[in-house]
Amino acid sequence: MIVEVKNVAKTYENGVEALRDVNLAFPQGQLSTLLGPSGCGKTTLLKIIAGLIPRNAGEVLVKGKPVDGPGPERAFVFQDFALLPWASVLRNVAFGLELRGMEREKREEVARRYIAEVGLKGFEHRHPSQLSGGMRQRVGLARALTVDADIILMDEPFSSVDEQTRRKFQEDLLDLLRHHRKTVIFVTHSIEEAAYLSDQIVLLSPRPGTVSRVVNPNVDRNKTPDEIRRDRAYLDTVDEIWGILRQYV
Amino acid sequence: MRLLLSLAVWFVLWEIVGQAKLSSIVPPFSAVIEAAIEIAPSEKFGKAAVISLRSFGLGMALALAVGIPLGVIMARVKGVGRILGMWVNIFVSAPISALVPILMVLIGIGEATVVVTVFLFAVFVITLDTQVGVTHADRSLVEMARSFGASPAQLYTKILFLSALPEILAGVRLGAIRGVKGVVIGQLLVAIIGVGELFEVYSNNFLMEEFWALVVMVFLFAFAVSEAIAALERRVEYYAASR
Repeated sequence: MIVEVKNVAKTYENGVEALRDVNLAFPQGQLSTLLGPSGCGKTTLLKIIAGLIPRNAGEVLVKGKPVDGPGPERAFVFQDFALLPWASVLRNVAFGLELRGMEREKREEVARRYIAEVGLKGFEHRHPSQLSGGMRQRVGLARALTVDADIILMDEPFSSVDEQTRRKFQEDLLDLLRHHRKTVIFVTHSIEEAAYLSDQIVLLSPRPGTVSRVVNPNVDRNKTPDEIRRDRAYLDTVDEIWGILRQYV
Repeated sequence: MRLLLSLAVWFVLWEIVGQAKLSSIVPPFSAVIEAAIEIAPSEKFGKAAVISLRSFGLGMALALAVGIPLGVIMARVKGVGRILGMWVNIFVSAPISALVPILMVLIGIGEATVVVTVFLFAVFVITLDTQVGVTHADRSLVEMARSFGASPAQLYTKILFLSALPEILAGVRLGAIRGVKGVVIGQLLVAIIGVGELFEVYSNNFLMEEFWALVVMVFLFAFAVSEAIAALERRVEYYAASR
């Protein structure tokens, strides 16, 4: 278990109780999804794991050590991309390394490699405003990969990306993550996306967010994307999740 | 193009009024240009221009050095923002010219008073715009920088300052325009240095051609400064558009 969440609770200053007594464990090298209706505190939980939001109770362990803030073993991919509008793709991707003080030539060399991996070769000197939503999120993903964190935290990364782009992106994402053996914690409100991508799906109930169920879809990852989308286990998982979530809608 | 046309209309109108000798304080525009060509290379004008530019430069440098950091602190430290915010807002709209006689008593009749006048004219709008820019800096960029381990110093230099740059530049442009007013008003009231002295000499001796020539040149200078900063703003806006 590379990330453990123990008895975590969060109440915002305005009195909204976002999370209550959340206990979870995330296995190394797997993709786990936090799934639930909007307002169930899934993004809050992800940001607590990232160390971006303080919690009111409980603790978060990363590789067995309690954490209180952001750390180099975790990298975040943002829902709204969070790219520097004044910087090129190359500088954006290298930004994590720039903050760590790595010298320019070295960090740009690393960045170029990941830009090619996410399929943006040739766009190094464009600015974010010149890219489509899908391409911007690829930049966000490349930036997270560049810092070589073991754990990638993704907050609804595909929500502002159109449907066709999203499918292609999901497939690329699976390939990349399998190749790099990353542990991924992924927030989404799409049941299909969760069932398609995840090894483990955590279902959260709405306010206050608590763990309602953990589902392990036994989808064979060696199949092609199209086979997976017609796979029995995949379809059963979608049905099962919908059965649980419909009571909250 | 439209700007040139509108200027041309004004100048033609001015020329007609001047040639008609309707008023002794409005000489024809052509005579004003002649006077401008005559005084621009003169030693007296050169000296006045150097003194005025120096006061303007020093005052603006001070206003930037104080205004921008103050605006950043007011945006980042809530208490400071609340306490100083009211005062900055009062002084932004206050008639600073009324303070110049007091400055003359406090600092003396000389260049220093003009520098302080320029500073006071420019600093508050720069502070206010910087504060607005930093307050509205993209929160997710701040979060992003934190998640990748940015130190506080990196957060300020690599995110907050650049994020607020469009607003800061707008403040600097408005500050510079006010600064030009500050130089002229300061020197007029002090009355013994720089362009202000020339204004006094020309108007007391009823040299209207020279007087208007000086007015036109000061206008042109203010316009040029403002346009230069606006050009910089447009370059920054290009990237800011996608915020």
